[in-house]
Amino acid sequence: MVTSSILVLLGLGFLSAVILGVASKLLYVKEDPKIAEVEEALLGANCGGCGYPGCSGAAAAVVAGKAGCDVCVAGGQEIAERVARVMGQTVSYREPQVAVPGCSGGDRATALYRYEGAMDCRAQALLAGGGKKCGLGCLGLGTCVRVCPFGAIHMGPKGVPVVSPELCRACGKCADACPRGVIAVLGMTARLLHLNQTDDCLAPCRQKCPAQIDIPRYIQNIKRGDFAAAVQTIKERNPLLLVCGRVCPHPCESVCRRGAIDEPVAINPLKRYVADWEMNSGTRLPVALAPDTGKRAAIVGGGPAGLSCAYFLRRLGHHPVIFEAMPELGGQLRYGIPEYRLPNKVLDWEIEGILRLGVDVRKNARFGRDFTLESLEAEGFDTIFLGLGAWQGSNLRCENEEAKGVLSGTEFLTAVGMGAKVELGEHVIVVGGGNTAIDAARTARRLGSKVTLMYRRTREEMPANAIEIIGAEEEGVEFLFLAGQTRVITDASGQTTHLEYITMKLGEPDASGRRRPEPIEGSETRIRADNILAAIGQKPDLSCLYEEGGECRLEQTRWKTIVADPVTLQTILPHVFTGGDVFTGPDIAVSAIGQGRRAARFMHEYMTSGEIRPPERLQREMIPDTLFSTLDGYPELPRVKIPEVCAEDRLCGFEEVELTISGEEAKRESCRCLNCGSLCHGEEPEFVMIEDDAA
Amino acid sequence: MTEYFLLIISAIFVNNILLAQYLGNCPFLGCSRNIGTAAGMGAAVVFVVVMASGFTWAIQRYVLVPFSLDYLQTIVFILVIAALVQFVEMFLKKAAPPLYKSLGIFLPLITTNCAVLGIAIICQRKDYGIVKTLVFSFASALGFMLALLLMAAIRERFELSRLPQSMKGAPAGLVMAGLMSLAFFAFKGMIS
Repeated sequence: MVTSSILVLLGLGFLSAVILGVASKLLYVKEDPKIAEVEEALLGANCGGCGYPGCSGAAAAVVAGKAGCDVCVAGGQEIAERVARVMGQTVSYREPQVAVPGCSGGDRATALYRYEGAMDCRAQALLAGGGKKCGLGCLGLGTCVRVCPFGAIHMGPKGVPVVSPELCRACGKCADACPRGVIAVLGMTARLLHLNQTDDCLAPCRQKCPAQIDIPRYIQNIKRGDFAAAVQTIKERNPLLLVCGRVCPHPCESVCRRGAIDEPVAINPLKRYVADWEMNSGTRLPVALAPDTGKRAAIVGGGPAGLSCAYFLRRLGHHPVIFEAMPELGGQLRYGIPEYRLPNKVLDWEIEGILRLGVDVRKNARFGRDFTLESLEAEGFDTIFLGLGAWQGSNLRCENEEAKGVLSGTEFLTAVGMGAKVELGEHVIVVGGGNTAIDAARTARRLGSKVTLMYRRTREEMPANAIEIIGAEEEGVEFLFLAGQTRVITDASGQTTHLEYITMKLGEPDASGRRRPEPIEGSETRIRADNILAAIGQKPDLSCLYEEGGECRLEQTRWKTIVADPVTLQTILPHVFTGGDVFTGPDIAVSAIGQGRRAARFMHEYMTSGEIRPPERLQREMIPDTLFSTLDGYPELPRVKIPEVCAEDRLCGFEEVELTISGEEAKRESCRCLNCGSLCHGEEPEFVMIEDDAA
Repeated sequence: MTEYFLLIISAIFVNNILLAQYLGNCPFLGCSRNIGTAAGMGAAVVFVVVMASGFTWAIQRYVLVPFSLDYLQTIVFILVIAALVQFVEMFLKKAAPPLYKSLGIFLPLITTNCAVLGIAIICQRKDYGIVKTLVFSFASALGFMLALLLMAAIRERFELSRLPQSMKGAPAGLVMAGLMSLAFFAFKGMIS
């Protein structure tokens, strides 16, 4: 029995072995030996960070072509190169990415929740909806800390996660785990392309800024004394920080929550401080560029919109060429804003920084004369950006407006900006109430004339920046409010001698919400005027779009602006984009800069994927819930005083009027920032703590 | 017909291979961390159990009984099942790559799953015919899958709850298995 059983088992075993042996020969599936080689090249940590089942799974995916050589998130560039050698490929530049927690925590992330024992953000979000009033805020239970395979996240003192960038491998596990989308793994390209969305955590200043600068972040950078990081933060949205630090009317400050306590944070002077810090440090901070795409874009107009568009296209890896009609770049920044507000050497330094990234320029090239849309297309540009600006000054809009001595404010400022000798008479009247009017008045004052600024409404309705009005007043500009020009009076030679105006009174508010001025009959008065500067408005000059046949391939509005999609800035020609004053009509520089980036974003999409998909949930208006003004329990801190040159010294020339604050002042001012998110510092949330019995 | 219906109900619920007969506890604890894995394992078990029961039934009927080698049943079955699983794995890899992909990583684990051997032997003990063997093994494997999925669902929720450190993982799993077993005990006596 023993013998037979041994024999049977041996026989059975032998049979099985033979069958399996034959089967393995017959059923052999050829496996790519590369899989083993690739697996060899990988780290072998089996961390699963890549999303494949272990390193062998990742290796199979690489060989099958489903994953790139950079599949290993833990290994980084070196491993990617090893894998690429096995696969016979080369690794191009791999954009560094890092996880970025987006919640500042405010006051509430310190309150932790316990809900039926659940100590997991995902469970918390599922079971109790998170329980916090702010739908965007960090839940603070640290699920991201636990899922991070590399130990790169820890809970900070404020109860929100802190990422150690040197450990972060950008595997994205934290972003997947976070039920609130607080953490995002982003590379530079994604950050440059991002437009504000209504579900982002947006402090009011970030919503208001036309360039969408991450203001709280750069102020926090300053607070830590990391000025370089602050500069880089701003440069992700705005390449003209020296310019904006000087001339921006800072709409952001008007919505700053600090304003509900004492005064808004001096956001713009802080920007100016770090921008000046970079310039005065003598070296330019390196600006990261995406790998070359080989695509070319023509930027028509070297003003703020064009410069911004070119800068962002360059950073995204394209090759922009700026076509500028004037002898120098800068547009209205150079030719419209007087030297005492924005010195040319500052502008030059800033523009040089953009050009050094690899942006080409062709100066003295006027659109419509030296080149056309057709010639740009023929030259092989993949996309075209039209940032022509609004250069055409309006007429005086009164009788005898063509008289000798009547100039448009913009022409006057351009002439002065180009260094031409402009002779003004003793008495100069500036008509208008905007920034151009003030600039013209203050410039004329510096040329030695007695200047009166005439405006048909009152001081309260003036669209110019308050600080500019005060500056003009200090410099001795006279104001004549509620006065509407009716007639220019000339002497026998046709030279202007007087301006006749009629006194106005304010009537009912009009469509723009401002009270409409109405003339008082019979109140005509004359005022001495050797020169009259009309600064009533500007509009784009689109005559250059008309080619020889008189045909224009682009549409225009009745305000002489180019018709384009308000989100994507794409015109009716799919490869032509626009932005800046030529699209909006006269507006502030930072709007043009913001639109330059937006156009660059969609041009990038057009050039890389061939189609344009505007993101959903774009933030266009202020988000109502975030505009609360009840802030209790914060001590008052005085706002920093911006030093200025005193009025007497200013009139001697075109030296810069506003001076910069000191580093200490900047740091102190940055501490005034509440570091708001969208709902931080609002009313107390309705329910804060849900404790279960066992806890 | 009623006979088969009762056979199926009995195999799935009353005599659940895991919770009433305590066979195959290893994958029950090892593969019940999440529902996805549990479903994969369950499907692989269904597949292998039906194959193995059919094959061993044939071995028993045409090899062991004619040569009066019944006493070698256990060892022969183990050998046959192990070889079979290996063969099936190779065959699937060649013939049905998608099926291999979904069952692949679980197949080698089943070689050592005593539920497979258990079901094959139960069929012999009860002297089932080939049809009954196949139906019974299929239903038993379904019962295995059911218990595994229930366990995985419970353990997924465990992940989120606060347990004393000493109870985390296998201890809590074993206690759960016991409680589930008690719950399934309620089916006892439903079918005599």
